[in-house]
Amino acid sequence: MTTTTPSIEERAGADGERSTISLVLRELRKAPLTAWFGMLVIFAYLFVALFAHWVAPYGESQVFDTPYANWAYIPHWSWLGPIPYWVTFEPTGSEFLLGTDQLGRDMLTRLIYGARNTIGIAVATTLLSFAIGGGLGILAAVRGGWFDQILSRAVDVLMAIPSLIFALMLLSIFGSSVLNLIIIIAILDSTRVFRLSRAVAMNVVVMDFVEAARLRGERLAWIMRREILPNVLPPLVAEFGLRFCFVFLTISALSFLGVGIQPPTADWGSMVRENATLITYGNVTPLLPAGAIALLTVAVNFVVDWFLHKTSGLRDEH
Amino acid sequence: MHPILRTVVQRLALALVTLFVVSIIIFSAVEMLPGDFAKAILGQSATPETVKAFQHEIGLDRPPIERYVDWITNAVQGDFGSSYAARAGYKRTVAGIIEPRLWNTLFLAGVTALVAVPLALFLGITAALYRNSLYDRTVNALTLTTISFPEFFVAYMLMLFLAVKYPIFYSLANVSADTPLLERISRIALPVMTLTLVIVAHMMRMTRAALINLLASPYIEMARLKGIPNREVILKHALPNAWAPIVNVIAFNLAYLVVGVVVVEVVFVYPGIGQLMVDSVTSRDIPVVQACALIFAGTYIMLNLTADIIAIVTNPRILHPR
Repeated sequence: MTTTTPSIEERAGADGERSTISLVLRELRKAPLTAWFGMLVIFAYLFVALFAHWVAPYGESQVFDTPYANWAYIPHWSWLGPIPYWVTFEPTGSEFLLGTDQLGRDMLTRLIYGARNTIGIAVATTLLSFAIGGGLGILAAVRGGWFDQILSRAVDVLMAIPSLIFALMLLSIFGSSVLNLIIIIAILDSTRVFRLSRAVAMNVVVMDFVEAARLRGERLAWIMRREILPNVLPPLVAEFGLRFCFVFLTISALSFLGVGIQPPTADWGSMVRENATLITYGNVTPLLPAGAIALLTVAVNFVVDWFLHKTSGLRDEH
Repeated sequence: MHPILRTVVQRLALALVTLFVVSIIIFSAVEMLPGDFAKAILGQSATPETVKAFQHEIGLDRPPIERYVDWITNAVQGDFGSSYAARAGYKRTVAGIIEPRLWNTLFLAGVTALVAVPLALFLGITAALYRNSLYDRTVNALTLTTISFPEFFVAYMLMLFLAVKYPIFYSLANVSADTPLLERISRIALPVMTLTLVIVAHMMRMTRAALINLLASPYIEMARLKGIPNREVILKHALPNAWAPIVNVIAFNLAYLVVGVVVVEVVFVYPGIGQLMVDSVTSRDIPVVQACALIFAGTYIMLNLTADIIAIVTNPRILHPR
C-alpha cells in the first residue's frame, strides 16, 4: 500500500500513524474495481468462517431423514468400472436452501462450516510455512557460509520434486490427518518462502546499519528481528497472498483426491469429491464448493495483483 | 563453443546429482514407515509369522544401503519390484501395472502440449502486439481468472456444459489398450481442454511479459524510430531475442503439466499414472507410490534441465563471450 517501511512509521510516532491511515484510505479510494471486489469477497468469507456457528442453519454433520424417500440409484465410476450405490439426495428447496448431500446433510451448512475448516487449515499452513521459510531464509542470509550453502542446496533438491507428488508420497507414509497435512504442506511450501526471503534479506544484510548493529554486539536474534525483518516485510506480505492461494489450492486438490482432510469434517475439496457423481445428472451441487474455492482464489489474486502494482511500482504499461 | 559445453556439462551433472538425492529421499520413504505398517497391509488377522515373512520379503531385515543399491539398479532397468496389493493370490509387478498407464499419460500430455503451446504463443504474441487494447485486457482478465481456478472446478464446469447439458463430448475418458486412435482422441477431448485452459493461461502471460520486457529495450525504440511497422518490430526484432525466455516458459509449463494430470485423470477417470498414484496412496501400496514418484520427479527434473540448456545455448551473451 505505502512505500514507507514499518520501521520508519514506528519512529514517526502518533502523527505518522495518522498520516499512514489517511494514506491507506487514499490508496483504497483509488483502488481498481477488481481489488475492491477481491477485498469484499475476502471479508465476506472471513465473516462466514469466523461466525459459522451463528450463520449456519443446522449442525456441521447433522443428518436428516428424507420423509418422502428421495432415493436414487447412482452408478459411481471408479477405475474398476461402475460401482452402484444408493444415495439420498434432497433437491434444492425452502427447507434445505441448496439441497442435501449424499448422506442427507444440509449442503449450505456444510459449505459454511467448510469455509471455517478449509480457510483455517490453509491459513495455519501458510503461517507455519512463513515461520519456517522466512526464519531460515533470513538466518541463511545473516549467517552465510556453509550454513547458507547447505540450506540452499537442500531447498534446491526439495524443489526438484513437484510438491503435489511429494505431498502424495509423504501422506501415503504418515497417513492423512489434518496435523500431518499442515506440517507436510508447510515444509514443502516453505522452500519457496525461503528462496524469496533469503534473496531479499541478502540485499539488506550488506547495509551499514546491520554492520553497525553487529559491531555494537547485538545478538543474532535481535539483528534478525529489529534490523532485517522490517526491511524485508513488504515483499513477504505480497508473497503471503500468493502462497496462501497455492497452499489453499494444494490442500483442496489433495482433499479432492481423497488423501487430504478426511470426513466427517466439512471441507470444500472433499465435498466436491463426495458429490461428483451428481454432475452426470446435470446437477450443480458439486460445483458449489468448487466455485467457493475458485471465487476465493480469484479474489485473493486480484488483491495481490493490485498490491504488487502499488509496492513494486512496476507497471508493464510502459 | 568451449564455455557453452562446459556450462551444459555442469548443468547435466547438477541434474544427475539432484536426481540421485531425490531417489534417496523417495527410497527412504520405506524407512519412515511406522512400525505397525505390515499389519495395516496384511490386515488385522495377520499372525506374527506372516508379518515377519512380509518384512523379510520387502527386505526390512537387510541394511538400508544394500537395499537402496538393489532398488536403484533394478529401477534403472525398469524393474520396480512387486506391488503390495493382491498379495493373497498372484503377484503383480509394479512395472507391469505402470507401463500401459504411463503411455496413456504421455499420450494425454503430448496431445495437450500440441494444442496448448501454439495457442499460448499466438495469444501471448498478439496480446503484446495489441497491448492495452480491449483484446489484451480481455485475454488478461480471462487468464488471471483461469489461473486462480482449481483444476477440478474447470474440469467439472466443462463436463457440465459440454458433456451433460450439451452432449458434444464424452464425459468420462475411460480408454482401454485396444481403443482405436480416433476414438481415443475424441474421448480425451475434455481432459485436454481442461489442461489446456490451465497451462495456456500461464504460458500466455509469461510470453506476453517476456515480449513486453524486450520491447522496452533501446534497440526496439531505434527500430520504431526508423519507421518500421509495429508488426514487423515484434516479429523480426523482438521475437528472435525472446525465444530463450519463451522456450523456458514452455518447458516450465510442460513440467507443470506433470502435476496437473493427476487431478484431471481422477476427474475424468482416465487410466493414467496420476490416477494410479492416488489409488496407491489410498491403499498405501508403497512400491507403486515410489515408482510413480520417481517417474514424476525424473520427468520434472529432465524438463527443467532441457529448459536450462536451451536457455544457455540460445543466450547470445554466452554464445559470444568477450
